[in-house]
Amino acid sequence: MATKATLQRESLVPFIQILGPDGMANPNDVVELGLKPHDFKALYRWMVLARTFDERALALQRQGRLGTYAPLLGQEAAQVGSAYALKPEDWVFPSYREHVVLAMRGQSWVQLLTYWGGNEEGNRIPEGIRNFMISVPIATQILHATGAAWAAKLKGEKSCAIVYFGDGATSEGDFHEGLNFAGVFKVPVVFFCQNNQYAISVPRTRQTASETIAQKALAYGFEGVQVDGNDVFAVYKVTKDALEKAREGGGPTLIEAVTYRLTHHTTADDWTRYRPAEEVEMWKQKDPIKRLRLYLEKQGLWSEQDEAKLVEEAKAEIAQAVAQYEALPKRDIEDIFQYMYAEMPWNLKEQLQELKEYLAEHGGDLPKE
Amino acid sequence: MPQLNIVQAINDALKTEMRRDPTVLVLGEDVGVNGGVFRVTENLYKEFGPDRSIDTPLSEAGIVGTAIGMALNGLKPVAEIQFDGFMAPAFDQIISHAARIRWRSRGRFHVPLVIRAPYGGGIRGPEHHSESPEAYYAHTPGLKVVIPSNPYDAKGLLIAAIRDPDPVIYLEPKRLYRAFRAEVPEEDYIVPIGKARIAREGSDVTLIAWGAMIPIALQAAEKMAAQNVSVEVIDLRTLVPLDIETVIGSVKKTGRVVIVHEAPRTCGFGSELAALVNDKAFEYLEAPIVRVTGPDTVIPQARLEDYYLPDVGRCLRSIERVLSY
Repeated sequence: MATKATLQRESLVPFIQILGPDGMANPNDVVELGLKPHDFKALYRWMVLARTFDERALALQRQGRLGTYAPLLGQEAAQVGSAYALKPEDWVFPSYREHVVLAMRGQSWVQLLTYWGGNEEGNRIPEGIRNFMISVPIATQILHATGAAWAAKLKGEKSCAIVYFGDGATSEGDFHEGLNFAGVFKVPVVFFCQNNQYAISVPRTRQTASETIAQKALAYGFEGVQVDGNDVFAVYKVTKDALEKAREGGGPTLIEAVTYRLTHHTTADDWTRYRPAEEVEMWKQKDPIKRLRLYLEKQGLWSEQDEAKLVEEAKAEIAQAVAQYEALPKRDIEDIFQYMYAEMPWNLKEQLQELKEYLAEHGGDLPKE
Repeated sequence: MPQLNIVQAINDALKTEMRRDPTVLVLGEDVGVNGGVFRVTENLYKEFGPDRSIDTPLSEAGIVGTAIGMALNGLKPVAEIQFDGFMAPAFDQIISHAARIRWRSRGRFHVPLVIRAPYGGGIRGPEHHSESPEAYYAHTPGLKVVIPSNPYDAKGLLIAAIRDPDPVIYLEPKRLYRAFRAEVPEEDYIVPIGKARIAREGSDVTLIAWGAMIPIALQAAEKMAAQNVSVEVIDLRTLVPLDIETVIGSVKKTGRVVIVHEAPRTCGFGSELAALVNDKAFEYLEAPIVRVTGPDTVIPQARLEDYYLPDVGRCLRSIERVLSY
């Protein structure tokens, strides 16, 4: 890695940071990104959109207009920086917090709201988009990503897979099994851990006694790298390098993006029960969006007017999605029975008929009391 | 026509499909160089090489989880779990993922995956080597559960399973692996999933069984014939989707039902069969439905195994019981 290490310590893996919390960056490191001003603005735009969506989704849940929702506040750079490095032919295996990754890959905000609104149609990924569905069980998708990338390798294709998971997932057996297979078969997969410091209430130190998560890669025989997860430039750089290496047959990489969940695990959680406000305040000083804005301003690429315009556009885009989401038609009870198998077996047909008859006896819907 | 045992017939099915379809591959523990601990995958490594006959790390969730990923990305993996008892580590990947992906994605994704495992007792195996876990999988929507009882069905059902677009749990009766040979066509053919076989026609009692219980059921039927009792033996071949027509058709003819399985009784697949017969043919029944099963215990090792497993005598006793009404 050509980028500078600002955090000096005895470590088994490098720690990469390019853009500091003050919005300062070494110009040479920025040049090496190979990004143009319009890319910087695109990164910024996606992060602002992510936060706008997140705030709106949270508010909708509080108003009873959305189901349980997992906010991404504070993790915008980790998600946007990594997704920006992907090619359309690459596969994405998300956990449940990567809303902006899915949007950057072409899924609509409406679809994301649909999912979090308790409607499986939100899981119907449009044809042509190589996103897999949200994975609610922890770490299980690590194996799916490894298998999909392995298949690409066996078929002689140049595509990779990236899989997102959190620090808590690294305690699961599937994390071990996935990384182990990927190492043994030199699979073109990037393991992207957003270490946001907490698995609901349990801190990172209770998941592993390992100094870093990234160093776990060494035991599986491949490279691990720690990156400032609130630095969108560094995240983009390490992800791009890892994907290129994978595409060239160099095998997997484990990336640990060190970040922080600035709010609740989900809308059913209350972060004040398990961490001090000062800690959250300290991480707010490292805000990923603020630091890119500072950088853009220093470079003369961003003005107050640009900011006001973007904020308006983002709000309008999300508002439009919310309106579409809330206008979705009522679902059909047949949706319960469809897609269990390619062909519906007799028992499902019978059970569907039974439900229809019951509803018909009550005027077409469930009895009122 | 070649005479093959079940091991050879399954090997023949794998070879046939791997020759026909380059996306088919096998993966599992010891399935490559060694050809499988039961030799089911023998010579596949030689013919298809290490990329299609893959020795994996010792990692059942890893085998099934990565096979799901392969299936999502255009391959048709046939995953081997070395023994029934070691399917448990892969259970989460099977029930939470393989079984649900078509439904969750509203048809965008599906998992054409076969998971093969030898199942059942009677081989004097060590602990965790003699389990009959079929009911767990039959209980999970989204899976198909297939259990052959003879070489012809073993080949035809496995080919059908590989070509099936949904995940199939294919359980192999290990005590019958080399028990007998039968004619198995060299060409490719399928035995359709979801169709039971009348293994012996009869008119007085319906005896329902699958897998390793079929030879026992047939022996019991033979003994009853000597007493002028005509027993119809149904070999389910597929538990899910169940061939309900064949089962109910037989019950309507006989009015008496005995169900035989190795697995523990409570919530065993026999319970579902009894409930279905009750629901669909109650007015035809002349006697309560009786189950011959393993007790609700761990299957014992060698010294007590024979007392656990259903045998001909217990089948006869239950047949006599349903005849006494």
